[in-house]
Amino acid sequence: MSATGTFATKVGLAEMLKGGVIMDVTNAEQARIAEKAGACAVMALERVPADIRKEGGVARMSNVAVIREIQDTVSIPVMAKCRIGHFAEAQMLESLEVDFIDESEVLTPADEEYHVDKHKFKVPFVCGCRNLGEALRRIAEGAAMIRTKGEAGTGNVVEAVRHMRSVMSEMRRVKGMADEELVHYGKEIGAPFELLKQVRELGKLPVPNFAAGGIATPADASLMMQLGAEAVFVGSGIFKSEDPAARAEAIVIATTHYRDPEVLVRVSSGLTTAMHGLDVRTMDESELLSTRGW
Amino acid sequence: MARVGVLALQGDFPKHEDRLRALGCEVMQVRMPEDLNGLEALVWPGGESTTMTRVMSDELRVALTEFCVHHPVWGTCAGMIMLAHTDPDPRVRTLGLADVHVNRNGWGRQVHSFEGELSVVPELESPTQATGIFIRAPRITRIGKHIRVLATIRGEPVAVSQDRMLLTTFHPELTGDDRFHRLLLSWILEPQRSRISSTGDRT
Repeated sequence: MSATGTFATKVGLAEMLKGGVIMDVTNAEQARIAEKAGACAVMALERVPADIRKEGGVARMSNVAVIREIQDTVSIPVMAKCRIGHFAEAQMLESLEVDFIDESEVLTPADEEYHVDKHKFKVPFVCGCRNLGEALRRIAEGAAMIRTKGEAGTGNVVEAVRHMRSVMSEMRRVKGMADEELVHYGKEIGAPFELLKQVRELGKLPVPNFAAGGIATPADASLMMQLGAEAVFVGSGIFKSEDPAARAEAIVIATTHYRDPEVLVRVSSGLTTAMHGLDVRTMDESELLSTRGW
Repeated sequence: MARVGVLALQGDFPKHEDRLRALGCEVMQVRMPEDLNGLEALVWPGGESTTMTRVMSDELRVALTEFCVHHPVWGTCAGMIMLAHTDPDPRVRTLGLADVHVNRNGWGRQVHSFEGELSVVPELESPTQATGIFIRAPRITRIGKHIRVLATIRGEPVAVSQDRMLLTTFHPELTGDDRFHRLLLSWILEPQRSRISSTGDRT
């Protein structure tokens, strides 16, 4: 007797990625560099978020041939993004046997009302969140991993910090609540009561909690890990920098030794310029990706 | 109280820490050679063997090899790969301490990850049937003659031991089946026997 696609096997893979760095790549050569640098997984996509911002247009699931080529190149898990609510893209990614699907606000949303029913899939899903309510709504839909949304493609960690701090402080509040307070709080933040009860018991999310959106340096990775992230995603930060291979390696080592500033100094010392970056405060509301999804 | 280390380079080390603490152990995360000082046993968790290869310094590799020859150690999934032998690949440099050869991701990609019924040898206490979770798991392709098989799935070995070294391709730390953690702890009190593999091809 054996069963594939169970929730335990989905969360199991997320557990195995802890303490690691998941890197955005757009072709097989970048995937090879990422794996060699120590990435624990790669995210296959057509354009990194910084380019999606610059070029505009509709951002969709990656090209099938590129995903296949990346799968053939690396032995680590290969993730890919589908648009919010675009379950047909998700079905294709499952058929391609990608290891994890990111239902991502970085792509143009396909449904303004519903996210994908992730329980129906054998492949695990990761979804972004800005706060505890959003995280638990995604878990209720079947997400096996949660990440902060941050503000992708900016090279600015401020929004990821805001989102991680929200989730962590809301979980601390939940820990001291009586049942009747929990029911009321669930209504307030739009989170299912049963999942809130699990958070109260565990003191953390029932699935792994990673950081994403704007991480560009070893110090950014260390910051997010110290704030409670269990692993980090790095998008534009690597292949939009001047020294992708060295930077990728430095961020991997910084994520393992995130509490050791001496190691951070050592791995950062050879690096040149990080991606230029954007000040989120000067951006128009319509340019924000983190407000996509709910 | 046993002092047990959990290698924390990358992977599901937090789950192993939880299980060991529940059994009353003092648990230490290991990232640097000096973190091994004073430990009585080590768990090498699952994760990505390519990442572990990259993150491990030469000093840590030497210190881990020395530690694993003299103390009880348990590798799960990628941790097992790192203690055993695998097909030559520049991305993965294992310690090669166990006389076991494995095929990485032997069952295929994540869609083929599964929960399955294990048959466990009676010495590990009842029940002899238990569920194992296999995540992009390695498959054992060859074992030396001094290797003991502790659990199988459809007749295929998935948990083996060599002296005081335990290797599992699945994840007892994810199911709450603490027999393997207890087996490791029981070895702390056992005298050390000869443990160099018969092939002698340590790398």
